[in-house]
Amino acid sequence: MASPTILIPPRHYLNDGYGVASWLLTRDHKRIALLYLGAVTFFFFVGGAFAVLIRLDLATPAGDLVSDETYNKLFTMHGVMMVFFFLIPAIPSVLGNFLVPIMIGAKDLAFPKLNLFSWYIYIVGGLFTLYALVAGGVDTGWTFYAPFSTVSSTTNVIPTALGIFITGFSSILTGLNFIVTIHRMRAPGMTWFRMPLFLWSTYATSLINVLGTPVIAITVLLVAAERVFKFGFFNPALGGDPVLFQHLFWFYSHPAVYIMVLPAMGVISELVAAGCRKPVFGYPFVAFASLAIAVLGFLVWGHHMFVAGQSVYAALIFSILSFLVAIPSAVKVFNWTATMYKGAVSWDTPMLYAYGFIGLFTIGGLTGLFLAAVGLDVHVTDTYFIVAHFHYIMVGGTIMGYLGGLHYWWPKMSGRLYNEGLAKLSAGIVFIGFNLTFFPQFVVGYLGMPRRYHSYPEEFQVLNVLSSAGASILGVGYLIPMIYLMWSLRYGRLAGSNPWGSVGLEWTTTSPPPTENFAETPIVTWNAYEYNAPVEGHVA
Amino acid sequence: MWTGTPLFPESASTMAGRVDALYFFLLAVSIFFSLLIAGLIVFYAIKFHRHDPNAVGGVIHGGMVLEVTWTVVPFLITMVIFVWGASVFFAMSRPPDETLNIYVVGKQWMWKFQHLDGQREINELHVPVGRPVKLIMTSEDVIHDLFVPAFRVKADVIPGRYTHLWFEPTKPGRYQLFCAEYCGTRHSGMIGQVVVMDPSEYQTWLSGGAPEGSLASAGAKLFQDLACNTCHRPDAQGRGPVLEGLFGNTVQLQGGGTNTVDEAYVRESILQPAAKVASGFQPIMPTFQGLVTEEQLLELVEYVKSLKGLPQVQTR
Repeated sequence: MASPTILIPPRHYLNDGYGVASWLLTRDHKRIALLYLGAVTFFFFVGGAFAVLIRLDLATPAGDLVSDETYNKLFTMHGVMMVFFFLIPAIPSVLGNFLVPIMIGAKDLAFPKLNLFSWYIYIVGGLFTLYALVAGGVDTGWTFYAPFSTVSSTTNVIPTALGIFITGFSSILTGLNFIVTIHRMRAPGMTWFRMPLFLWSTYATSLINVLGTPVIAITVLLVAAERVFKFGFFNPALGGDPVLFQHLFWFYSHPAVYIMVLPAMGVISELVAAGCRKPVFGYPFVAFASLAIAVLGFLVWGHHMFVAGQSVYAALIFSILSFLVAIPSAVKVFNWTATMYKGAVSWDTPMLYAYGFIGLFTIGGLTGLFLAAVGLDVHVTDTYFIVAHFHYIMVGGTIMGYLGGLHYWWPKMSGRLYNEGLAKLSAGIVFIGFNLTFFPQFVVGYLGMPRRYHSYPEEFQVLNVLSSAGASILGVGYLIPMIYLMWSLRYGRLAGSNPWGSVGLEWTTTSPPPTENFAETPIVTWNAYEYNAPVEGHVA
Repeated sequence: MWTGTPLFPESASTMAGRVDALYFFLLAVSIFFSLLIAGLIVFYAIKFHRHDPNAVGGVIHGGMVLEVTWTVVPFLITMVIFVWGASVFFAMSRPPDETLNIYVVGKQWMWKFQHLDGQREINELHVPVGRPVKLIMTSEDVIHDLFVPAFRVKADVIPGRYTHLWFEPTKPGRYQLFCAEYCGTRHSGMIGQVVVMDPSEYQTWLSGGAPEGSLASAGAKLFQDLACNTCHRPDAQGRGPVLEGLFGNTVQLQGGGTNTVDEAYVRESILQPAAKVASGFQPIMPTFQGLVTEEQLLELVEYVKSLKGLPQVQTR
């Protein structure tokens, strides 16, 4: 649909300065977004490589590929890399950094230098963790349960803990930056309820980041202190309480699930609106659902501990609160689906990822009900059922949202179009590979196969082989976009300002945008997703 | 390869059916909503597919009736699931009054079972069919978790405290037992079997071997060896409380408050005697931390439990 006279703008953020220093010292939120894109992609493929080795090893019941010790290090490093260095930062740091200022009509974030500093903190934390890996790995599981992590493990717990501690500050500062920016930097006329829903969910995520991250930082420091100085926080032999660790850990790490999935929900709201050329059904409900999830998400950590010896009544309270947090998630799914009704529904790649997200997130959410039902959780917790459940949320949810968003805004970020056919193909491969990997794990989990098992009884082999086969398909699905997106940077057709015919401030500026985002500060007189009143730059 | 691949676990306890019923209900709810959402997405994606590249969607901002419906209906469904799940959990958490008690000690990477009659087993647990069994569990090192899929029960085994798990096997057979909480290098080797036997076979098995006598008698010997009996005397003349008839009662604590004498309190009083001192006594008892193993602690606990015969002489 793009008009044939599209030209690359003469001046944009990518050609505003060349050389390494112009990138490493940049304060432009868009360049920092690309710095993050490079870093999170690196950590994603490191974490993914561990996953490949795990699945290869589990193809046989005896786990013939690696030793027990190596296997334990593999799943630990897979979890640490994916959770702390990919899933938590990916969408806020890449898409959030790029889009938050543009979507509200601002020139940059409120604190551009702090933004660059956050990237450096993230890199230093990542290097610490990579050091732990190169120096022999760590075998505590990403959950660091005490007293195993503080007494028993002989691996590099402290460098890993320090890496997580340091990276946490990156989350906190980025969250702070977004909160201040959304409060203070909105263009004239951009009221809260005119904001795209991506900003609502980014805002909710930022609140969790600022309030929750300090708790995990303190917790990993306590682990390090108990290891080094023998302070008795968690080790009962020193008068500590091992269950206290779990309370502290999950007080952050359950909300962290929402840190991972809320931004993806925001992306999906954008993709569905643009894919249907229609306002998101029930905008205020979707917006407040994000905040409800952020608040309720802080009150459900105990559902990770139903079998950990907490009182029956504590378990019941955490159970009912966990059911309540499912409601706003369900509300979002229903609203996205209803948005499609009477839409001009596209089958482009971003929308395919949105369909995939809604389907997989629905399954992930519904299986969450199995785990919230405390009498049933007793059987399925700590088995592959829970592994399947959270991968449906985090991989089926967060990564689908991330990839969908990356495809949707790629023309804006790069100024180029990628190969749509290859992109659709890889979206299909990801969807099939994902389900083949993780669906059998629900079955083997209910059968009773515990998680984190290097070897397993033979009757579980068929389901594990299916899962391993799916993982290799999924891996291919993740590699193809790497290739055609890189290819598009040089050979892709020029995108023009608005290749999708979307509304939203980011589509009113050039692709790639100028360093200051807009030639002049926009004045907003319309609501989000007003497709019946096209705005300037809308070439559809 | 497909033969011998089960898709559903065996059910071999009174709890299994209750858990499975809830599971099937949730499965039905999940399938219904998954098909509803997936069906609507596919239907809308086809029916409203954008054929004209310049087309825009209809102007529909929302609808209060729908919003209320899809908030209230899921809320009601989840509350049904909550109550159902809670009732199953209550049953799991409340063992019947009369249970066959067996002590469990987890350590990296094995399960040790101690029967009251003195039998000790490693990675194998013999129990009779049709009788509620209560496991009283602790760990020597890190957190473990005892999980028997066929019984649908699981509980963490935590160092420094006693946790409980109960089940009533319904059919004889051998059932897998797993450690379900990651505990280090050989975590996946910390497995065993529960052997459920007919009562008569179980009796034969019981009488087969217990060279050291019952758990309580081993505890009685230890009680002498550690010289506990110099202060804890049955005649109330000792410097410590009389232990006869104490178990299951409530004691007044120094500085106010009361405490029920259960396994955890006896254990704590041996390891940290100053933590909860009974009213009227001095905190003079030395700690036995590091002097007794978890298994010896269980023997002492069982001995204290067995001290029932004498009349209550302690005034409270």
